Amino acid sequence: MISGILQFEFLQNAFLTGIIIGALAPLVGVFVVVRRMSMISDALSHVALAGIAFSLLLQKSFLSLAGLNPLYIGMAFSVGGSLFIEKLRGVYKHYQELAIPIIMSGGMGLSVIFISIADGFNTDLYGYLFGSVSAVSRSDLYVILAVGIVVSLMLTLLYKELFLLSFDEEHAKASGIPYKAIHFIFIVMVALVIAASMKIIGILLVSSLMTLPVAASLRFAKGFKQMIVYSVLFGEISVVGGLFLSYNLNLAPGGTIVIIAVLILILSILFDKWKNR
Amino acid sequence: MDNVVNPIVKLEDISYKYTKDLVLEHVSLEIPKGAFLAIVGPNGSGKSTLLKLLLGLFKLQKGKIEIFGEDIRRFKDWQKVGFVSQKANSFNSGFPATVFEVVQSGLTKKIGLFKFASKEDKQKVKKALESVDMLDYQSRNIGELSGGQQQRVFIARSLVSEPELMILDEPTVGVDSKNVHQFYEMLEMLNEKLGITLILVTHDVGTVTDKVTHVACLNKKLHFHGDACEYNDLDEGELSSIYGHGVQLLNHNH
Ligand SMILES: Nc1ncnc2c1ncn2[C@@H]1O[C@H](COP(=O)(O)OP(=O)(O)OP(=O)(O)O)[C@@H](O)[C@H]1O
Ligand SMILES: [Mg+2]
Repeated sequence: MISGILQFEFLQNAFLTGIIIGALAPLVGVFVVVRRMSMISDALSHVALAGIAFSLLLQKSFLSLAGLNPLYIGMAFSVGGSLFIEKLRGVYKHYQELAIPIIMSGGMGLSVIFISIADGFNTDLYGYLFGSVSAVSRSDLYVILAVGIVVSLMLTLLYKELFLLSFDEEHAKASGIPYKAIHFIFIVMVALVIAASMKIIGILLVSSLMTLPVAASLRFAKGFKQMIVYSVLFGEISVVGGLFLSYNLNLAPGGTIVIIAVLILILSILFDKWKNR
Repeated sequence: MDNVVNPIVKLEDISYKYTKDLVLEHVSLEIPKGAFLAIVGPNGSGKSTLLKLLLGLFKLQKGKIEIFGEDIRRFKDWQKVGFVSQKANSFNSGFPATVFEVVQSGLTKKIGLFKFASKEDKQKVKKALESVDMLDYQSRNIGELSGGQQQRVFIARSLVSEPELMILDEPTVGVDSKNVHQFYEMLEMLNEKLGITLILVTHDVGTVTDKVTHVACLNKKLHFHGDACEYNDLDEGELSSIYGHGVQLLNHNH
């Protein structure tokens, strides 16, 4: 395995990307979970799927677009979807969660249409749905690295504002911080991380990497900082371990990563029970 | 006398409606610096609405609010105003934050965008926790405290930015009667020792009248506004005209 990483560029790409998203997804996930917005990641990943399907369709229909990286269009769709969710949340003030199924089914509907126009895509699409160890290119790695830098910088700089907004929205508003702008930036960050994570873990399982490590650390973390540290740690264990299993057992990494995350979750629930006997 | 000329908060002819019925009607009120004002009134009488207008959370529909001598629409200095909301104790109690982190979040605006808490900021957090007697609990998760302790933490959160005005909406919901008493003593201390002007919405009419300096009775309109002694002198008839008929009031004035 180690020699494989040294030898094959695709493995380097997969592992480096995995290490980036293993930290990034739980990091934004912490805020997503405590703000009770977990469903948003599911909705956005379905919109990202529509973007991927759309760009695969473009590639298939226009030879000149064959070099287009679907990651860009996936990101554009995901960010667009996040803005749309915000719009809808404004329209349905008292049923804000309605925005989620609306966007989710919209995204899924579009995906199905693009896929059927293209008459199926086979392997490429399979990789996007369930993740892939071999499909991460150098240019994907660079894009994801850029997303990683931007998102972690924003989250660090806006940490205290995001904390306040998550803990007590009313207080955040009353305190006079630009909460609308901060919320907006946050949603865009979530959308970017979702699109960046799909290459490794797959669209259908992205949201689990945002929520499962966080759910595990919720069981015993003391304070918010600790919560972030544990979540990132669990995320990294899941992704690196999952990629390792995926490569050696020839399984889709989405599955192996999520199963490890679930195991960690179960262990932490048991640990919590045992500790509070 | 200066205070009367320059009240810390001045409401002029405020009316407000959510839908078609007015919930506040022609409310005018001046709150002098250093006052400890209790706003009382039955459920749905518009108390929380009035506070939200005062905090700039709702847009004014009619009338004018001046805060620290400035029109509220132009007022920017919100760190001078602390707020403890009616819902503070119905927050997500599983939230994984320590008492220290919660109180520090009260400094968010003061520290400013893109900046981090300094050593002095952390010192301020400790001081605020000390003044509500909760320093020992600083590294506990907020959800593991009792309702009364949580409420103290929320007071500390607004104290930490050293506000000149503090607005509290029913801060004693879920606090037992013994602790309610202590709680009001703490508020009295903040008012007297630290000179913080307090605006308090409460249903504990009996308990507060000997602590506060002013009382305002609100029921859509402002039915009464005066100092605490005048309020204690009101007779049953006047009170029931404020609270509506058939409402039995617990008024422990001795
Ligand atoms: N978001 C809202 N939309 C429509 N009407 C509202 C809204 N919030 C409050 N109201 C109405 O405005 C009136 C005043 O409400 P408010 O919350 O200010 O009362 P309150 O005096 O704080 O009552 P309580 O003692 O129960 O806290 C009530 O009749 C209420 O039904
Ligand atoms: Mg109220």
